[in-house]
Amino acid sequence: MHPIRKKRLTIVLFLLVGLGIAVALTTYALRQNINLFYDPSQISAGEAPVDVRIRAGGMVEEGSVVRDPDSLTIEFRVTDFNASVPVEYTGILPDLFAEGQGVVAMGRLNNNGRFVADQVLAKHDENYMPPEVADALEKAAKGQNKASENATTNTVSY
Amino acid sequence: MWQFFHKLGSPKWFFGIATRLMPWLLAGGVLLLMAGIVWGLAFAPKDYLQGNSYRIIFIHVPTAFIAQSIYIMMAVAAVVTLVWRMKLADVFVKAVAPVGLVLTFLALFTGAVWGKPTWGTWWIWDARLTSMLILLFLYGGVIALDRAINDEKSAARAVAILVLVGVVNIPIIKYSVEWWNTLHQPATFKLTEKPSMPADMWVPLLLSVLGLYLLFGWLACLRMQTEILFREQRTRWVKDYVMAGRG
Repeated sequence: MHPIRKKRLTIVLFLLVGLGIAVALTTYALRQNINLFYDPSQISAGEAPVDVRIRAGGMVEEGSVVRDPDSLTIEFRVTDFNASVPVEYTGILPDLFAEGQGVVAMGRLNNNGRFVADQVLAKHDENYMPPEVADALEKAAKGQNKASENATTNTVSY
Repeated sequence: MWQFFHKLGSPKWFFGIATRLMPWLLAGGVLLLMAGIVWGLAFAPKDYLQGNSYRIIFIHVPTAFIAQSIYIMMAVAAVVTLVWRMKLADVFVKAVAPVGLVLTFLALFTGAVWGKPTWGTWWIWDARLTSMLILLFLYGGVIALDRAINDEKSAARAVAILVLVGVVNIPIIKYSVEWWNTLHQPATFKLTEKPSMPADMWVPLLLSVLGLYLLFGWLACLRMQTEILFREQRTRWVKDYVMAGRG
């Protein structure tokens, strides 16, 4: 390669490596600001500030949802299967809100360790499947009958 | 190898190749994209959780994917511009930046339309969405910088440096969903694993991605040809070409 071009290529590579390192260090230093939400482990470990507007995210714990029959108030626990945090929210929930689904709640943590949310967003995971497959999987999980188990072994081979 | 590389630098040679390639790119692109979109929107099964609203994936993923690919291609072209001073590389960057801008905008827009029914919000400042917005501004910046400098050569160098600086954003977009907590879900498709969706869903998606790639190739050829004709307007071959077209 021509020496001048070689020199230019070296400069370009240095530029890229330097930039890469600078950005990596910056984003590493700012990681807690870039994270959209605190997870339940962080909150129960006391890493999340109290009475400051923050977001908390995780899975809605199975069997933890309690609805108030007279109002839109709902209580549930958000878990990361390590720790869980009680959340209370008054308002309309997104369609995808359900037990076992991911959510991100915005609100304040009070002194009792309860998270009072003013907005609840549903978090979708990367899995997509047709309703029949989901049904079959659920049946198989319950071990109801052999026919549906056969159906799932077929669908798993997708 | 080096001879091929030098040939590639000749605008005239590229012009001829592009003319021959373009009908194939257009036909293949339209065919695949139509097949993918029709299959995806009308025949693919619906999702167990999201119902029909997930179908926006058949537009959202191709646009987002190719918007990022274009930027990577632009970065490669920028290195070529800076190191080898190849005119054609600069022509490429100039020709495709607006295409990238439009695709990035479409990805953000379709994402917002999907986000409202799924998440419950149009927009959230999470790492994936924000880094994608930065990509939109980068494309805008590249176009603006190119227009702002009158001298062709200085414009080419300035734009190439900007493109290179911006390329650090691409791995951030890609890995944002893994490095940080985001509302946006992680990738459904990974090179090392089977996609976590059935074939009835990912095949049409793959078709639309390939189709959009080919259409982008066609559009890039067309826009590069226009730019070449403009830049080489004083040369013999362009005069001959134009005269032949008229006669």
